[in-house]
Amino acid sequence: MSRFTGTSRYIATADLEMAVNAAVTLGRPLLIKGEPGTGKTQLALEVATALERPIFEWHVKSTSKAQQGLYEYDAVSRLRDSQLGDPRVADISHYIVRGKLWEAFESDTQPVLLIDEIDKADIEFPNDLLRELDRMEFYVYETRQLIRARHRPIIIITSNNEKELPDAFLRRCFFHYIRFPDQETMQQIVEVHYPNLKQTLLAEALRAFYEVRETPGLKKKPSTSELLDWIKLLVAEDLPPEALRSDDPKKAIPPLYGALLKNEQDVHLFEQLVFLSRRAR
Amino acid sequence: MLVRFFYELREAGIPVSLTEFLALLGALQQGVSAQGAERFYWLARLSLIKDERFFDRFDRVFAAHFAGAERAFEKWAAEIPPEWLQARMQQQLTEEERRKVQALGGWEKLLETLKQRLAEQKERHQGGNKWIGTGGTSPFGSGGYNPEGIRIGEAGARQRRAVKVWEAREYRNFDDQRELGTRQFKIALRGLRKFARQGAADELDLDGTIEATARNAGWLDLKLRPERRNAVKVLLLLDVGGSMDEHVRGVEALFSAARSEFRHLESFYFHNFIYEYLWKDNRRRQRERSSTLELMRRFNSDYRVIIVGDASMSPYEILQPGGSVEHWNEESGEVWLKRVSAHFPHLIWLNPLPQARWDWTPSVGMTRSLVHEQMYPLSLEGLERAMRALRRPTLSQPLPV
Repeated sequence: MSRFTGTSRYIATADLEMAVNAAVTLGRPLLIKGEPGTGKTQLALEVATALERPIFEWHVKSTSKAQQGLYEYDAVSRLRDSQLGDPRVADISHYIVRGKLWEAFESDTQPVLLIDEIDKADIEFPNDLLRELDRMEFYVYETRQLIRARHRPIIIITSNNEKELPDAFLRRCFFHYIRFPDQETMQQIVEVHYPNLKQTLLAEALRAFYEVRETPGLKKKPSTSELLDWIKLLVAEDLPPEALRSDDPKKAIPPLYGALLKNEQDVHLFEQLVFLSRRAR
Repeated sequence: MLVRFFYELREAGIPVSLTEFLALLGALQQGVSAQGAERFYWLARLSLIKDERFFDRFDRVFAAHFAGAERAFEKWAAEIPPEWLQARMQQQLTEEERRKVQALGGWEKLLETLKQRLAEQKERHQGGNKWIGTGGTSPFGSGGYNPEGIRIGEAGARQRRAVKVWEAREYRNFDDQRELGTRQFKIALRGLRKFARQGAADELDLDGTIEATARNAGWLDLKLRPERRNAVKVLLLLDVGGSMDEHVRGVEALFSAARSEFRHLESFYFHNFIYEYLWKDNRRRQRERSSTLELMRRFNSDYRVIIVGDASMSPYEILQPGGSVEHWNEESGEVWLKRVSAHFPHLIWLNPLPQARWDWTPSVGMTRSLVHEQMYPLSLEGLERAMRALRRPTLSQPLPV
């Protein structure tokens, strides 16, 4: 079996690689948590690309029900058809709408199934999927059919920790926490995304970025995806590296920092701190 | 050997189950982590731990359990005859270096001195010019400047793996004793949700409609039902001023989280302890007071009461009539709190002081027994336990940690 080792656009640390490979080998769902913007959702897409598997994405919302991932019975259209005298109405299977899980179960090759942001749904949501994830089968009551997975999908589940997940569910998963990358890994990540970036600009940008992250009391620390956006802007503006290390108090704040800090309290706090530190010199 | 490790994890309070343990063994059998202790550490954490809050505890248990194995390795290393090491070193040295070794009195002398210093030295050492350590000019150690030096062990500073991942304890922050933001409070408060359908019927009940239509021989019969809402009612009593000033951030976060989580939320303030009146607005506390008796009449006993305060004061303020620091109270605080807790069976006390400090102040212990031991620290873990306690039909004793 092929092993996952990251892709040309995604740097996976050794522990993450092992987590994915263990989940693939043992056929268990992999639950991924981590700071926002550390590439949790991206992981599933990259695993699918790297292993050349089809991907099915199920994005969970606060109103999602577990049943929607399996199938839905469209009673309203059947009702309408029956009142209009449509002959299709006799066969109930015309009104069974397949969900993402069903589609993944029917796939000809082993697919990757992403269940994104499972914590957004109701507390009971994960509990309703226990049997499906365990045995990889479910029963369609309307047509009295048992749907069984042809190939056990590689299931990747992401969570932002908004709700506690039930123990019974957790017991069936492997769990990996994506740590915020250290400066060395970050350098690799940036190089993968912007291969022709000037070394000096990159070094300065990373220095400024970690400085912003160190600012005490930020509500939302900038993450990898924000760094990438910021660098994109810097490149687009064609700023020289010196601009990031200015001693002129008026330019003390890194340019285009709106890409890094996402709410006005943080921007305000940061400006104040920079002002204080400049005055202290 | 791993079975003992499994039980050590459980003793440390980490919820690991048999299923997870078997999954780890399965992964080992499939050779997922064939090479290296570090990969084994990752695999064990991947399959046994399901919450980053427990990472730190896991690291500690892992270090304690496998420290023995490493010590055994060190013992074997110590038994390697010195001649082997000597031969190895001779090979690595240049002609010039060998001459320098002779200048110090030859190999025997050098190793003799090394042994002697190892015996004298009790602690780790860095810099300096005599002891064994790193970065110094002593002939023993690593990363130093003495060309006559013997390198002991690997170059720690230059190799990232030198400190083992589990010893680095990088997940220290994630243990749940930390300070909290509003968001985490909200999640903890959701533990108290109790859904019920109340009010106007304005949501289409699809299942009901289908069934009614079928019974109606295919003619549409619409059914409506009320929306599901959180029906739990909460009364929040907050201590303000004085010793509470240092905890104001935590309490604010709790208050704003509670405000958005509960539809039925009422809050009142008090100072230090509960007496015959409370107030709704701190700026107008002298003019607009509500009496505690009226509070008990207005809110029936299915309200959940959360009292937030550090309960740190002189014992007289609780036990003595007239003990209040602000006014003359006819009846003691003890009497009032007993009355309130008798009226509201679901009552808990959240204390912003860390639990370890509760025993330092006698008044905390007194308050604790007055609220039937239902006092919890204002941390994520404490709040979760508190919410679980409030959800139970009767409160008899505090939940275990």
